[in-house]
Amino acid sequence: MQDTKPRGRLFRIWDSDVAASFRRSPVAIISGLVALIIVLAAIFAPWIAPTNPYDPSSLNLMDGFTPPMQPNAFTGSTYLMGTDNQGRDVFSTILYGARISLFVGVSAVLLAMVLGISAGLVAGYRGGWVDAVLMRVADVQLSFPSILIALLIFGVARGIIPPTQREAMAIWVLIVAIGLSDWVQFARVVRGATMVEKGKEYVQAARVIGVSPLRILIRHILPNVMGPVLVIATISVALAIIAEATLSFLGVGVPPTQPSLGTLIRIGQQFLFSGEWWILLFPALTLLALALSVNMLGDWLRDALNPRLR
Amino acid sequence: MAEPFLTVTGLTRRFDVSKPWLNRVLEREGRQFLTATADVSFSINKGETFALVGESGSGKSTIAKMIVGLLTPSAGQIAIEGQGIDPADPIAMRALRRRMQMIFQDPFASLNPRWRVGDIIAEPIRTLGLMPRGDVGREVGRLLDLVGLSAADASKFPHEFSGGQRQRIAIARALSSRPEFIVCDEPTSALDVSVQAQILNLMRDLQDEFKLTYLLISHDLSVVRHMSNRIGVLYLGRLVEVADAKRLFHEPQHPYTRMLLDAVPDLALSGRRRKSVSGEIPNPISPPAGCAFHPRCPQVKAECKAAVPVLCATPTGRAACVFAGGAPASIP
Repeated sequence: MQDTKPRGRLFRIWDSDVAASFRRSPVAIISGLVALIIVLAAIFAPWIAPTNPYDPSSLNLMDGFTPPMQPNAFTGSTYLMGTDNQGRDVFSTILYGARISLFVGVSAVLLAMVLGISAGLVAGYRGGWVDAVLMRVADVQLSFPSILIALLIFGVARGIIPPTQREAMAIWVLIVAIGLSDWVQFARVVRGATMVEKGKEYVQAARVIGVSPLRILIRHILPNVMGPVLVIATISVALAIIAEATLSFLGVGVPPTQPSLGTLIRIGQQFLFSGEWWILLFPALTLLALALSVNMLGDWLRDALNPRLR
Repeated sequence: MAEPFLTVTGLTRRFDVSKPWLNRVLEREGRQFLTATADVSFSINKGETFALVGESGSGKSTIAKMIVGLLTPSAGQIAIEGQGIDPADPIAMRALRRRMQMIFQDPFASLNPRWRVGDIIAEPIRTLGLMPRGDVGREVGRLLDLVGLSAADASKFPHEFSGGQRQRIAIARALSSRPEFIVCDEPTSALDVSVQAQILNLMRDLQDEFKLTYLLISHDLSVVRHMSNRIGVLYLGRLVEVADAKRLFHEPQHPYTRMLLDAVPDLALSGRRRKSVSGEIPNPISPPAGCAFHPRCPQVKAECKAAVPVLCATPTGRAACVFAGGAPASIP
């Protein structure tokens, strides 16, 4: 090869081991594509969706219960995935719903990451009673199902927030509830990795010249513990999306005026046995595709970052 | 004689190795302490290389870590040019950190794998704020040049280098704050023999060029012989002999020193019979009474088990043995 020019950052990413493993894995490519399509469709929902399901003036109740790809008996309108009981286009509500599901899922995982990584770094680096207290709190929390904890946080928030604000705050409460129920696994993994890293000599070298503990944690240790964290984060996004759907299905999630995939499934299941199957099926399939593809991406990433499996 | 650069007096470090509180209560056990170093005193003159030798677990690295401030002593003082080190005084510590650096044993662990070499070397400069930001890049290039690498290596990552090259990077980092004193904790024990000599020669060249003072920690007597002016021999956390390097190899005063020297492989094939080191270093949690070496000592007497011998003057330096100094002739 005559190409000896300095290569750019993009080339290095493309040339890295992880990228090579991605190119070799058909499962990773397919699930990556599925996830990418859903994410892009969700982000660009206002430009892609044929109707705006949040705009009551665009809805026609006469359009309700239109089956997919068939003209409505009264208005003659045709919808790709049919309409729900209020005449909302199911395809559009899925796009907007995926948007909310993804936003809640990713934000909740980011919150859990920030909490878990901070707690794990401090517990692993300081050790002693700080470590003991943080990890016992984590153990106690881990002994409850996380959906129960999310329900508890949701209930407490409901008591605190005045009724007029509840609808507007619902999404944020949901993010906090899922995020707080999910920080433990990040904390545990980061704590273990930190305890390994802090004994290494590069940390001692930094301490010899008087680098502050905070700086050592952020600049030295954090980059070296991020590998396993990214794997957990990817799988956690899938789990958080499912948790959001579960909470919304139970009716404690986002309100029907801003439906997420879980809310859509809850609405749809009321009509399943009366024959309007499409209201349930399409949101459920979307949720399945999204959760499955993100989960499989996480599985692939775990294998790709594990040197023992190479 | 001029004031020594570094003085260590009565340096002691105990580690709490007790079981957790609940286990202690349930199993009715008391606290347990491991004495890693006990009452160690020595001084290092400016510009010389002082070596600490000893088997694994003799407390060599603990002493090194206390001197650079990675561990706080349980008792004793460390003073630089007569001025005591007080870890509680951040301003004084900041000034001292600039003058002291450390080179570590494992060049694969001592460089952060996620950092570029340039950032690794510049870390002391940036942390201590030693020069304007614009000049750091040029200084890193100069340091890389100094240790036999090229300035272009600054943008690479540590995994692109061999063990010997990594140790050169670690030396460049140690030099970047322009220190007067460098603690070298087994700087070559993780390297191939052929590379060891290169690194040792580099360290000597740098010592001549910058008038550096070294504290060399090693268990390799040939490294110590090549590098040092004076040698301290540690056994189970206590200094058993301190002597001029050349004379220590020819006239060891302490039976332990003699045992170590007898075990050194002889490349000259002089026909000398090698005696292997007998016995093992005892458990430092419950060291033997009296002279800690007495269970392994070929010349053990009743008085050795009674009291810990103190360092006393010998023809070559100081030694802590009832036989040393007074009756060297009685040792066969």
